Amino acid sequence: MIRFTVNDQDVALDAPPMSRLLDVLREGARLTGTKEGCGEGECGACTVLIDGVAVNSCLVPAIQADGCRVTTVEGLASDGRLHPVQEAFLRFGGAQCGICTPGFLVTAKALLDANPHPTRAEAREALAGNLCRCTGYQKIIDAVTEALAGPDVDAAATSTPAC
Amino acid sequence: MTIGIGIPRADGAAKVTGRALYVDDLRPEGCLYGATVRSERAHATVLAITLDPSYDWTGITLVTARDIPGRNLVALITEDQPALADGVVRHVTEPIALVAAPTRDRALEAVKHVQVTYGDLPYNLDPEAAEGHPVAIYGTDNVFKRIAIDKGAAAGTVAGIVHEGTYRLGLQEQLYIEPQGMIASPREDGGMTVIGSMQCPYYVHKALKALLGHDRLNAVQAATGGGFGGKEDYPSMVAAHAALLALKTGKPVKLIYRRDEDLRATTKRHPAIFRIRSVVAPDGRLLEWTASTIFDGGAYNTLTPVVLSRGILHLTGPYRCENVHLSGVAVATHTPPNGAFRGFGAPQAMWAVERHMDRIARGIGVDPLVLRRLNLLRDGDTTASGGVLTDTGGFAVLDAALAAAEAPLPPITRHPGAGTNHARGRGLAMVFHGCGFTGNGEAYIKGKVGLELRGSRVTILTASTDIGQGTETIFPQIVAAELGVPLEWVDMAPHDTDLVPDSGPTVASRTTMVVGGVAQKAARKLREALQAETGLATGDIATLLAARTSSAPLRVEHQYIDDGSVQWNPDTYQGDAYPTYGWSCAIVDLDVDRDTGEVLYRRFISATDVGRAINPVLAAGQLEGGALQALGWATSEEVVLDARGCMRNDRLTNYIIPTAADAPEMVTLLIEIPFAGGPFGAKGIGEIPMDGPAAAVAQAIEAATGAVLDNLPMTPERVLGAM
Repeated sequence: MIRFTVNDQDVALDAPPMSRLLDVLREGARLTGTKEGCGEGECGACTVLIDGVAVNSCLVPAIQADGCRVTTVEGLASDGRLHPVQEAFLRFGGAQCGICTPGFLVTAKALLDANPHPTRAEAREALAGNLCRCTGYQKIIDAVTEALAGPDVDAAATSTPAC
Repeated sequence: MTIGIGIPRADGAAKVTGRALYVDDLRPEGCLYGATVRSERAHATVLAITLDPSYDWTGITLVTARDIPGRNLVALITEDQPALADGVVRHVTEPIALVAAPTRDRALEAVKHVQVTYGDLPYNLDPEAAEGHPVAIYGTDNVFKRIAIDKGAAAGTVAGIVHEGTYRLGLQEQLYIEPQGMIASPREDGGMTVIGSMQCPYYVHKALKALLGHDRLNAVQAATGGGFGGKEDYPSMVAAHAALLALKTGKPVKLIYRRDEDLRATTKRHPAIFRIRSVVAPDGRLLEWTASTIFDGGAYNTLTPVVLSRGILHLTGPYRCENVHLSGVAVATHTPPNGAFRGFGAPQAMWAVERHMDRIARGIGVDPLVLRRLNLLRDGDTTASGGVLTDTGGFAVLDAALAAAEAPLPPITRHPGAGTNHARGRGLAMVFHGCGFTGNGEAYIKGKVGLELRGSRVTILTASTDIGQGTETIFPQIVAAELGVPLEWVDMAPHDTDLVPDSGPTVASRTTMVVGGVAQKAARKLREALQAETGLATGDIATLLAARTSSAPLRVEHQYIDDGSVQWNPDTYQGDAYPTYGWSCAIVDLDVDRDTGEVLYRRFISATDVGRAINPVLAAGQLEGGALQALGWATSEEVVLDARGCMRNDRLTNYIIPTAADAPEMVTLLIEIPFAGGPFGAKGIGEIPMDGPAAAVAQAIEAATGAVLDNLPMTPERVLGAM
C-alpha cells in the first residue's frame, strides 16, 4: 500500500511499488489531467510536484512518493479560483491543443513559487524540460512572466497588435 | 461585435484545469487494450502468422486480415492501402495483426509472441530510382502522380543569365505531443462507435464503412492533442484496428500508440528533390523558370497526389515570370507512407524556390532583398497556372517585417557552457500560400454547417474540429457577429458524425476561411427562418426571438455553394489554383557558433497577411507555433532511416524539436488585406508560417559565415562542414 497526499487529499492505493507514479495517478487516483507524451522523461507532459519539486511522473516509481505531498494540475486551483498562472494561460493564449498544458502549468507553479517575477530568459530555462508543439512558446513565456505581474496587464494589447 | 477580439479560447478553462478529456483519459467499462503486430521487413511475403506455443494466450484475442468483414483497405483517395497486410508487406512497420488483452502491458507483451514468418523480396528505398524500378510497388511504374504546368515560351528558348541548382530535404515528423489513439465500442444496434484523436471525423467514418461493410457507425472526436496533418488520414488506420478488435471481442478496445511506435509507423512530411533552372536579365528580372521535383510518397498513395499538386502550384514562389515550366512526379518506395503535414508540399517547394533566389542573387551580385522586390507578384499578375491575382499582400508584409526588424535585438538565451565564438546573421524569406483546397476541391467537397436554435441558445453543428487552432472559439465569434447576439448565446455541438453534418476535413487552411464562411451564411439563413416564422422584417435577433410563439428547436443548414469565382481545370492544371493566397515575410536573426556549427536563434519576425484576424491572439498563436516547427525543420529535426527504411531515432531524445530555450523571441505582425470570399475578410493562416522560416535561416547562415546550404536540415554537422 502506497500512502501520500495528492492535492491535499490523503490517498492510499494498492499499487506495485515500482509502478510509474504517472499510472498510479491516472489509473489509481483517476486524476487524468497529468498526461503521457513520451514515457521517457523528455516531453514533460507528465510533470507533477513532489514536495514542491517538479518531476516527470513517468520516471518516478510510485514508492518514491510514499509519504510525500504530490501536486497535479487538478490541485493548482484552490477554493474554486484558478491559480494566477492558469488565468494567465487563458489571457495570453498559452494553451492551444492543451495536451502539454498541465505539465507547463505545474512546472510554472514551481518556478513562480521560487521566483515570482522571472525574466523571460529565466522562464525559458525553467520550462525547457517541457515540450510544446503548438505555440512556439512565445505566449507561454508571456503568460508565465506576467502571471504575478498585477491585475492591470492587458493581455491582448501587449501580446499581438493587429495592424 | 465579436470579430477582431482576442477572447480567451472556449476550451481554455477545461484545458488549464486538466478537465479536458483526451482519448487516453477515457476508460469505458470492461475496456480491453489493443496493440499492433508490425512488419520488420521492407518487402516480403508473409508466409505464416503463428502464436508462440510457450506463451499464455488466456484472455488474449488475435485479429488478422481474415477477420475483416468488409473490404481490407483504408479508404481515402485510392484503394491501395490495406488495413492489415494480407500475404505481403510493402514497408517496415506495416500492420500485420492485432491483439487485445485485459491490460496494456499484456497487449504489448503478447505482440512480441506473435511470430511472423517472412519470405524476403527485393526492395527500393531511393525515390530517385523508384520510377520504372524493376520491383513494382504501385501500378507498373511506381508513379502515384505526375503533373506538368507550362506557361509562355517553350523551355530553353529564352536568352539571359542561367542558374541551375538542386535542393533536397528529408522527412519531418509532425510530433503532436499526444500520440495517436482511439477507442472502439460495439453499439447495441450491432454497429460501432469510435472516439479518439482526429482531425477529420468523416474520413474515419468513410474508412470504417468500407472496412465493416455497413454504416451503423459513428466517429467522435475526443479532445485532440495536436495534429498538424498527422491526424488527417492516419486516425482512419487506428480506428480501423480498434474497431476490428472491438468487433471480434465484443468489448470496447482502447488502442494508444507508444511514442516510439508512433514515430516509426505514422505518416511524415514528404522528402523531396528539386532541380531549378532560371534565366534572368542582368538586373535580376525573372525571364524563365523551369523547375522539376520528385516527391517520395512511401509505399501507399494516402494523400500523396494532392501533396504533390500543392507543391507544384507553389513552385514559382511569390514571383512573377511569364515563361514557366513546372513538373513533378510522386513515386512509391518501400518506406512507411508519407502524408499530410502543415503546408502539404508548399514548404518543400518554398525551400527550393527561396534557396534558388539566393543563388541568383549571389550569381549576379544583387542584394537578395532587391531581387525579391523586383519580382514580387502584385494584383493583376498571373500565376503559373494562369490565375489572375487579387488581394495580394506581398509588399505590405515585406515592408512591415523590415520596419519591425529595425528594433534592437533582444538578448540571446545562451545554453550553459555555450561558446562565444559566434557569427551573427540575418535572413529573409518571402512566401505565399494558397488558402483552402486546391482548385475545385471546395466545389467537390461542398462542406455543410448546421445551426440549431433552442430558446436563445444557438448551437453550431460542424465536423470541423478544434485541434488547438481554435475552431471552438472562432466559429462562435463568426456566428455571434453575424447574428448580432452575445457570444455567450453560441456554442458548439460535439464533433460526432451522428450529430453534425460533413463540413469537409479539418485541413488546408480552410476551416476559418471556408467552413467559417459557410457558418456565417448558415447564420443568415437562421435569421431568415426566424423572419419567416414570425412574419417580421426586422433583422434584430432579440426582437425575433421575443416574437416567437413556438418553443420548438429551429434548425437550418447551409452547404458550400460554388459561385463560379474559382475557375479551375483539373485536367490541364489551368486557372485559379486557390480561392486566394496568404502572404508572409519571415526575418530571422541568429548566431552561428563557429566552433560547433550550432545555430542559436535570437529573434524571429513574421508579417503575415491574414485577411482579417477573427481572433488576433489565436491567429498569432498559429503563426508562432508554425514558425517554430519550421525553425526546427531548418536546423534540428532529422529522421534517420536504417537499411530497411525504419526510423532509427524513434524517441524524443534523438528526434529533436525545439524547447523554450532554443526558441527565439518572436514578433508577430498581422496584416489585414481582406478576402471578399472569407468571413469578415478572413484568409486561411494555418499553414503559411511553415513555408518561409527555413529558407530565411539558410540565408542568415550564409550571411553570417558564407556557408551555402541547399539541403535540409542544416544540422551543426552540416553547417560546420559547409563553413
